[in-house]
Amino acid sequence: MAQHNEVVTSLYKSKDNFENSIWDMGWDEVMPGACVNSFVGDIDHTVVNVQPEDRNIAETNSMHKYVGDWRVVKPVWNVDLCIDCQNCWLYCPDTSIISRDKEMVGIDYDHCKGCGICSEVCPTNPKSLVMFNETIKNEDALTQWPEKKKKGE
Amino acid sequence: MAQNKKIMELNSVEVWDGNYANAQALRQAGVDVLSAYPITPSTGTVEGYASLHANGYVDGEVVIVESEHAAMSGCIGAAAAGARVATATASQGLALMIETLYQASGMRMPIVLCLVNRALAAPLNVNGDHSDLYLTSQTGWISLDSCNPQEAYDLTLCAFKIGEHKDVRLPVISNQDGFMTSHTAQNVSPLSDEIAGKFIGDYLEVNSMLNFDKPVTHGVQTESDWHMEHKAKQNDAMMKSVTVIEEIFKEFEQLTGRKYNMIEQYKLDDADIVIVCLGTTYETAQIAVDNMREKGIKAAVLMPRVFRPTQIEKLASMLANAKAVVCMDRSAPGGQLGQLFQDISSALINTPARPLMSDIIYGLGGRDMTVVELEEICEIAQEEVNNGKLNGTIQRWVGVRGPELKYFNVEGK
Repeated sequence: MAQHNEVVTSLYKSKDNFENSIWDMGWDEVMPGACVNSFVGDIDHTVVNVQPEDRNIAETNSMHKYVGDWRVVKPVWNVDLCIDCQNCWLYCPDTSIISRDKEMVGIDYDHCKGCGICSEVCPTNPKSLVMFNETIKNEDALTQWPEKKKKGE
Repeated sequence: MAQNKKIMELNSVEVWDGNYANAQALRQAGVDVLSAYPITPSTGTVEGYASLHANGYVDGEVVIVESEHAAMSGCIGAAAAGARVATATASQGLALMIETLYQASGMRMPIVLCLVNRALAAPLNVNGDHSDLYLTSQTGWISLDSCNPQEAYDLTLCAFKIGEHKDVRLPVISNQDGFMTSHTAQNVSPLSDEIAGKFIGDYLEVNSMLNFDKPVTHGVQTESDWHMEHKAKQNDAMMKSVTVIEEIFKEFEQLTGRKYNMIEQYKLDDADIVIVCLGTTYETAQIAVDNMREKGIKAAVLMPRVFRPTQIEKLASMLANAKAVVCMDRSAPGGQLGQLFQDISSALINTPARPLMSDIIYGLGGRDMTVVELEEICEIAQEEVNNGKLNGTIQRWVGVRGPELKYFNVEGK
């Protein structure tokens, strides 16, 4: 997780952080139906003003579900080119672009499916988000960055 | 969920067909959302309810959708949001709805489905048989069966109370026979709006999506890690619903004097020959049983009022002394023995009782089952009892033109 900074990693808690982990539950303890809690206990309506890492997210929240292996190509972020326009953050269908105070801080590779929309909407030249094969290391990808395109290219 | 603002004054006895009885029960239940795609012979349920809605007797929403699949999907969405919901369908509509029936039960949504039993095409047929009822047998829905408009009304009311009970939280089907019940106007003694509303009670929300204090995700994916625990919990609720259904039937009896049993029976106590059937045939068979009794044949008729969950223990004890059990299956069996035959024989397989078990396929696509035919069925069963064995085969088709149709040789030949 080369581009996971502290904010991103702090979103994930191991099951040891939960009392009554779902992994210790029998059929009689699970919630009825195909239904799971998003948060632990009741929530305050001002939760929208609280950053995800500070919310009391339930173990059953899909936040804790790793789906990074669905991806075959990944976006790599070039911090030196990024202008923090927030286009990628706005367009990402899986909230996998992590921003704080309108500044991009990283990519959530646990949930990014590699759709490429972030790269597509990136307005810089060259792009600050470029799709690379999943097998390429991010630091190597940064050395293979495309050149600035000239007008009409 | 609140009572409808506008009260409807009903006579102590109304003349309603089964569909309108459903519509009135849905109105009195204070349904929040009815999402439906009308189909013969259940159209009258939706039409009747929509008319009551249009005339201001219903506070809820009527959503006419583009297919039965969408109808049940609409119900599931509204139920997940936290509403009391219902729909009605039949036959092909039910078949198209099947996928979402499993969704509804798996998601533990206490939806009420008024199913007006009709044959499944092909050939296309709008009349009554139990093909659609049998199609629901493994969907995880509680299934109640009625014989006339009064029972349809009563059971549709009970369906809400059963499904919404905190220990059940499962969808419930209220069955009635297409045309025989749905289009035959008969006397119905309804409850007043107030008493019916009080009987069903306010809707109990469980993990509803519109509860913003406690956000939940409905319709989640569970793979091999959690699927089995969720299905176990669902099935356990189904098995334990029996106690709740019995309690609610008892409460309904105290309220109305109309008694419903998990298994209905007529003259079973000393019977040698027991006919087992569903729906309107139960009433016809009672006349045949009376006629047989006059001829000295100890016949009886039995009907599972609660088709699902299957009442294995009760069936076993009720049929312990029968000498012949004739299961009447009103659905093309598809190369199998009929569903009732399977249910009844599985109830008896681990008991000492060894009645002669036979399976009659009858009444497909609305073909009549007459008193005379039922008497013949009883007489043949009595003959078989006298001979101590079945007359060759387990399954027989009755009321079909052409050469005799008999299958499944009892001696394995």
